[in-house]
Amino acid sequence: MNKPNRYSVFSLARHALNYHQDWARAWRNAQPKREYEAVIVGGGGHGLATAYYLARECGVRDVAVLEKGWLGGGNTGRNTTIVRSNYLWDESAALYDHAVKLWEGLSAELNYNVMFSQRGLLHLAHNVHDMQEIGRRGCAIYANGIDSELLTPAQVKTMVPFINLDGRQPVLGALLQRRGGTARHDAVAWGYARAADALGVDIIQNCEVTGFGIDANRVTGVQTNRGFIGARKVGCVVAGHCSVLADMAGFRLPIESTPLQALVSEPLKPVLDCVVMSGTVHAYISQSDKGELVIGAGSDAYNSYSQRGGFDSIEHALCAVLELYPIFSRLKMLRQWAGIVDVTVDRSPLITATPVRNLFFNCGWGTGGFKATPGSGHVFAHCIARGEMHPLAAPFSIERFNRGALIDEGAAAAVAH
Amino acid sequence: MLLIKCPWCGTRDMSEFSYHGEAHLLRPPAPAEVDDAQWGAYLFARKNPKGLHRERWMHAHGCRRWFNVLRDTRDDRIYATYRPGDSPPDVDAGDDNGENNGDNNPGNPT
Ligand SMILES: Cc1cc2nc3c(=O)[nH]c(=O)nc-3n(C[C@H](O)[C@H](O)[C@H](O)COP(=O)(O)OP(=O)(O)OC[C@H]3O[C@@H](n4cnc5c(N)ncnc54)[C@H](O)[C@@H]3O)c2cc1C
Ligand SMILES: [Zn+2]
Repeated sequence: MNKPNRYSVFSLARHALNYHQDWARAWRNAQPKREYEAVIVGGGGHGLATAYYLARECGVRDVAVLEKGWLGGGNTGRNTTIVRSNYLWDESAALYDHAVKLWEGLSAELNYNVMFSQRGLLHLAHNVHDMQEIGRRGCAIYANGIDSELLTPAQVKTMVPFINLDGRQPVLGALLQRRGGTARHDAVAWGYARAADALGVDIIQNCEVTGFGIDANRVTGVQTNRGFIGARKVGCVVAGHCSVLADMAGFRLPIESTPLQALVSEPLKPVLDCVVMSGTVHAYISQSDKGELVIGAGSDAYNSYSQRGGFDSIEHALCAVLELYPIFSRLKMLRQWAGIVDVTVDRSPLITATPVRNLFFNCGWGTGGFKATPGSGHVFAHCIARGEMHPLAAPFSIERFNRGALIDEGAAAAVAH
Repeated sequence: MLLIKCPWCGTRDMSEFSYHGEAHLLRPPAPAEVDDAQWGAYLFARKNPKGLHRERWMHAHGCRRWFNVLRDTRDDRIYATYRPGDSPPDVDAGDDNGENNGDNNPGNPT
């Protein structure tokens, strides 16, 4: 097992005396073994969290995480980092709030500062229909024991003094979740990687899965660009590429992949201390600790793996941002990028067994899975270790598409993240 | 942003069109006779290929007719558009035959 530095104020001071020359690696550069008890495909936050909880809570330490690129190089490192649990249905509320509760202790648990900041999250309403939607959802959330408050436009203005309440789509109210906020996305991947590594998990980058070993309908391992790696159990957590992996294993998923873009402005002095999202005009915005405004655009209308995104989506998002916040009109945008998101029709994830025994998939988080990272990894680890679904994960099985028991979070998730 | 050639009106900006997903899906001829899994697969399961994709578009702000597009989802290049009822043209998109979902493209995404 790896013996990591324990991070603290004292270790920081001690290393400062050394000009920070001898910090240990945060995780080993592991070489693949011939065989593992469990292989996790995909080194994003969800895959790394799964490996961590497998080792930490399920006693399964003979685990490898295989990542085709670099850790967090997928959607984990590309998202707008919004965390919340204000979903309509009981199943989603339970799953997402499980995650928020884990977020609340995560930096201490991992000994890694994931910069989770519960700065509050506003969801704006612009018309009668929106008001009814946040009213209904707000009460459902509250009834599920999750904090949720309805605000008047005047209360919104106190939180965001420079907002334009009287645009073409006036602000009529908002739903506030005070426990919502943001976290540092890279740190989540690195923190889980370091903690999993310390428990014996092999983290292997530049290792792309290109096929599965399947014998008598049971998975036996994965084919990779670094040879065959045997595994008794395999968990696929590859977000936008889940259909590609499902195809390798011989089945299809109820998922389509599209580009989703985000962009950041030049850094500003602190101006916005909460997250504000609007589904109706499609704008969501927050300010990072570096001072950049972080703005999310909509996803492109068509399937694509191009990881580029259409310019029209950005233009649309910025029009909405300027209508709501005219003071940003002369800001320059610094960077723009896209991730490939895996979208289901009901905007809820798939945490599921598959037609191949011992092969599990965790995907379909689409435009909004960053917030779920700890909870998703936690329940998925239990599914893999026990071979049966964790109670919080059970409703999210692929079976729901055959039974018609969809968990429709369109309003809570379709445009907001 | 894509430029799309409507088979009736010619080449127009993508903003004139609406997208409607995978083309050539066959509704089971006798719905009452298929089981839940087959019906679920018809409604929801999709190829979602990384490679050639046959898909439906509609010229929403033009002639409002439906047609099919053959596009490579790796780089969004459109190889052909064709009318409903016509069969998709054969194209050579390099290393992908359109049925294979596998990631045959070793290069990094652009
Ligand atoms: C622009 C944008 C904004 C977003 N904003 C938010 C937000 O504010 N809040 C929120 O909750 N969510 C948001 N999301 C969604 C969120 O980012 C994702 O749902 C979440 O990060 C998914 O995590 P993951 O670990 O499952 O996937 P990823 O981080 O994508 O990890 C999957 C990994 O699998 C690897 N992989 C793929 N194929 C293979 C293979 N064959 N072999 C080996 N490895 C492979 C990939 O390289 C990748 O690193 C946003 C997404 C985007 C793109
Ligand atoms: Zn036309």
